[in-house]
Order: sequence, then C-alpha cells, then structure tokens
Amino acid sequence: MIQFEHVVKRYGKNTILHDLNFTIPDGQFVVLIGPSGCGKTTSLKMINRLIEPDEGRILIDGEDYAGKNPVNLRRHIGYVIQQIGLFPNMTVAQNISVVPRLLGQDKAACDKKVHELLEMVDLPYEQYAHKYPNELSGGQQQRIGVLRALAASPPIVLMDEPFGALDPMTREVLQDEVKRLQRKLHKTIVFVTHDMGEALKMADIIIFMNGGQIEQMAPPEKMLEAPASDLVRSFLGKHQLSDSNPLYVEDFMRTNPYTVDFHRGVLECAEKMARSGVDTLLVTDDDDHYLGTVSIRDIKLKGREAGSIEPLISTEVRTVCLGDDAQESVNYLLTSGESYVVVLRPDQTVAGIITKNSMAKVVANTLWGDDK
Amino acid sequence: MKISLIWEHLYMVFWAVVFSLMAGLPLGVLTYFYPKARKAILWVVDLFQTIPSLALLGIIMVFLGAGKVTVITGLTLYSLLPIVRNTYLGLREVDPALKEAARGMGMSRGYQLLHVELPLASPVIFTGIRIAAVNAVGTAVFAIFVGGGGLGSMLYNGIRIQNMSMILKGTGVLMLMAILFDFGMGRVEVFLNRKTAGKSRVSAGYAD
Ligand SMILES: Nc1ncnc2c1ncn2[C@@H]1O[C@H](COP(=O)(O)OP(=O)(O)OP(=O)(O)O)[C@@H](O)[C@H]1O
Ligand SMILES: [Mg+2]
Repeated sequence: MIQFEHVVKRYGKNTILHDLNFTIPDGQFVVLIGPSGCGKTTSLKMINRLIEPDEGRILIDGEDYAGKNPVNLRRHIGYVIQQIGLFPNMTVAQNISVVPRLLGQDKAACDKKVHELLEMVDLPYEQYAHKYPNELSGGQQQRIGVLRALAASPPIVLMDEPFGALDPMTREVLQDEVKRLQRKLHKTIVFVTHDMGEALKMADIIIFMNGGQIEQMAPPEKMLEAPASDLVRSFLGKHQLSDSNPLYVEDFMRTNPYTVDFHRGVLECAEKMARSGVDTLLVTDDDDHYLGTVSIRDIKLKGREAGSIEPLISTEVRTVCLGDDAQESVNYLLTSGESYVVVLRPDQTVAGIITKNSMAKVVANTLWGDDK
Repeated sequence: MKISLIWEHLYMVFWAVVFSLMAGLPLGVLTYFYPKARKAILWVVDLFQTIPSLALLGIIMVFLGAGKVTVITGLTLYSLLPIVRNTYLGLREVDPALKEAARGMGMSRGYQLLHVELPLASPVIFTGIRIAAVNAVGTAVFAIFVGGGGLGSMLYNGIRIQNMSMILKGTGVLMLMAILFDFGMGRVEVFLNRKTAGKSRVSAGYAD
C-alpha cells in the first residue's frame, strides 16, 4: 500500500505539488494522468525517493522511509523510464540481473531468472540474452526494460511514460503484455501517461492530476460516466461513452456483388461463377428485385436437367435491410458458419453483401487507417 | 643513435602517465562528485600547464635534485590536466537517463560509478590519457636540462655541435614516437567506444 499524506513539493517559489493525499491499495494498476507539468513525474519519483517531499509523508506499507537510506527501498521497487535506460555496456542478461545482483543473488539464480523472464515475453534466451541493447528494436528494448524492473520480484513497479516513444503498434502490444504480467504477478503498478486511451485500457484506478492537485481519482468506468470537470472531460474526448453512433450493416458491406437474372441458363451461370471465382450468385428478377441465391453445388446436383436456374433458387441465405444494426449480422456470421449475409435496399433490390472478409477490412481500417 | 636513449625517454613518459592517471582519475571523480571542489581542482591542474615546462622542471629540481625522478614528477603534474578534465567531462556527459535508471534501481553511489559511469566514460577518459602521453613525449625532451637523459640529449648535443643530421634523427624519432602513441591509443579508443556502445564484436565487425 502506498499512501501520500499532505505531500507538498516546491521548487524555489513555485509550489509544484499542493497538499497531495491519496492511497494506492496493493495489487492495483494505478495510472497518473494529466496535462504536461502537472506533477506526475514528481509524484512518481517521490515513491522511490528520487525526489524528497518538502512537507507531508509518503508511507509504503505503513512505513515512512524519510531519513533512511533509500538504496534498499529502491531495490524493492521496480522502475521503468520513458528513455528505457538500458545500460549499453551490459548485455540483456546483465541488464536484467542488475537488481538481483545488488541484492546479492548468485549468478545461477540470476541466470534462472533471466531465462524465466525472457520466456514470459517470448524472447528466446539463446537468441537474446547475450545481445547488447543497441542490437534490439525500440520495442524489444523496452520489453527488457520492463523485465529488468520485474527481475527482483518487487511488489511495486513504477513506470513513467514507458511506451511514450514507441510506435502505436508496438505500444499496443506492450500494453497488453504489461497488463497481462500485472494480472499474473499481482503487482502494484503506478504508471504515468498522458494518453487517455492508454489510461482507460490499463488502469484499475485513474488519478487525474492538474496543477499539482488531484482533479479526480476514479476507476475508468466511473471517470467515463461522471467526469469531475471540463478538463477531465476534454481529456476523455473521443473515448467518452456515446450512443449516437452505432454501426449499421452498410458500414460492413461490400457493394457490387455478382448477380444474375433468373431467366439465365444453368450453364451460363456456372460459367460466370467460374470466371468470377465465386460459388454462389444472387438472383434477381426483371425489376432487379432480389429473389434468392443459386449455388454451384445445386447446379451440379440437379442443374443438368433443369436448363433454367429458376427452380434452383434458394432463399436460405439471411437478408437484412440497409439501416439495420450491424451487430446482429456480425454475430450471425461469426457464429453460424454461413459465409455471407445479403443486404437489401427498402425496395428489395440488392445493395451488397457482408462477408467475413469485408468485416475484417472495416476493422483493420478503423484500427490502422484506410490503406491496404 | 643509441636505443637506450629511446628506452630512457619511454621510461619517463610511461611512469609519468601512470602516476598522473593514479592521481588524475580520483581527482576527476572528485571534481564530478563535489561541485564545490570543482573550480579549485580544475584551477590548480590548469595552473601547472601554464608554467613553462622548463621552469616547472627547474623548480622541482630545487627540491628533488637532478635526475629522472624530477622529470617524472614534472611530467606527471603536466599530464594531470587532460586526465582530470576528461575524467570529469566523460562522467558528466554520461546519459542522464542512465544515471537516473541506475539510481532508481538502487545502486549505491560507488557501485553506480564503478559499473555504469566509469565504463561509459572510459572512451573520453582514454582520450585524456592519449593527449597526456603524446604531450609527455614532447615535453620529456627537456629532461636533458635536469639530468634525466632521453632523446632530448640527442637534440641538445646536435644543436651544440651544429650537427644537422643528429638533430633531424632525434626529431624524427620523437615525431614517430608521438604518432605511434597517437595512432595506437586511438585504436584503443575506437575499441572502447564500441564496447561502451554495446556492440558485440561480431556485429561491430560488420558495421565497419
Ligand atoms: N528540478 C526542477 N526544478 C524546478 N522545477 C521543476 C523541476 N522538476 C520539475 N519541475 C517543475 O515541476 C512541474 C512538474 O513537473 P513534472 O516533471 O512532475 O511534470 P509531469 O506531470 O511529469 O509533466 P510531463 O507530462 O511533461 O512529463 C513542472 O512545472 C516542472 O517545470
Ligand atoms: Mg513527466
């Protein structure tokens, strides 16, 4: 448990932290967020006493470490910084072993720990343990940075914008990894960021700071539900809950599906399917109204004698209408094993189809932007 | 030309660099640790360099008498500046993020110095040693005036009997010595740079 009691910090005439009071229970993932210069880093560094308060007390498991040698405390608090800070003159294994070595563990124990930790983040020991930091990508380096902080199994880990310098994809992966590690190892993590998306994703509790004071301290859902001020609201921005934009079937739809007139012959249909690389066609009448589908399987089974496709038309494929909620169709496709849903206009003409592929494309575009 | 003159010269240079390293490294660390002592230490080592080398040797001779000890003492004082200054600069220039990481992980001050700061400052410190050594090769010529011997005697005798080839030979050997020191120690610096930048040797080979 970490307790801040009436903590004040000044630099010269400027008061950076005003009477800060909060308690962080064990095993919680706590995110400090707020505008630049609001005192997040200062507060974080007070926990491992890289910065001393001018007034007030900071208790860790009820104990005030002020006036005692901070070195021992720091060895039991993991520390990850934005600049990563791996020692370039040491290998990955040596970097991870720093704190265990400081705590007097022998080489064999350290090596075992290195094995274990690298395994947890899928970096094979043989391949990575003896590399130097500058032989790794930024994302890999910060992974090692996180492992280094965990190496001596500290109950508390401090992270100051650990993923701030990474590209969005890598950041996402590391966020998931850290969250997973935290759940598994039950650490108390204090995490600084100014990315609200990151805060909402990672936090059990968010502490929103402004001008050296706490603006709001709440779990993510509570903060989303009831932001304490306009500033918090503006930080929440696009993450705020709103029911004004549900997704419609047309958002997931592919237009211009292959259609065929119901007068056409069976052979012509089979030929068109082969040419287009599909196994079913949408059948329409003279006014372009949707009638159903015809499949290559049915044609092969009984099409020879039929001549026309009319008797082969099936109406088993599910149809939906433009403007319908997309969720139901998406769930249907994901669970039924059917390969598509037909989307109709209100006048019963064909607007398009939704396939697993077209769904995946939309998801990819929203995540990573609209390009191939 | 006698080989023994070269050895004599190298002998004085070698011990001067060793002693100035023994004194300069701790002084450099002190300068880095204690901002209050910084000005005073840097001022004193700077002062030694402003005294003309011949005068410095003369003054020391008054106390220690003529001979190699006087020369080595003089050269040592003379070499302090580059070593102290580069030790200080090298330590100061270590990435602040690494210093903070080291402190935040619970390294004691001494441990941090030994395992993080000195290794990372080593290329800069070595540059100081190289400058000191190359300077000392030149300055040791004055040893002849305080009874220290070395290659200075060749120049001195050459000038005295106006023997051009003797002067040129002596100068040539001195220049060669300085160049070899400069080059050889420069290679060591490249190696240290690579090591502190953390490239394993194999990949460093490819990087060349
Ligand atoms: N050593 C210092 N001397 C003087 N002022 C300082 C010092 N360190 C921090 N400050 C000031 O204290 C305030 C809080 O700094 P802090 O680093 O805690 O901000 P932060 O919330 O982490 O900001 P950011 O999001 O930009 O990292 C800032 O206004 C900063 O200018
Ligand atoms: Mg900060």
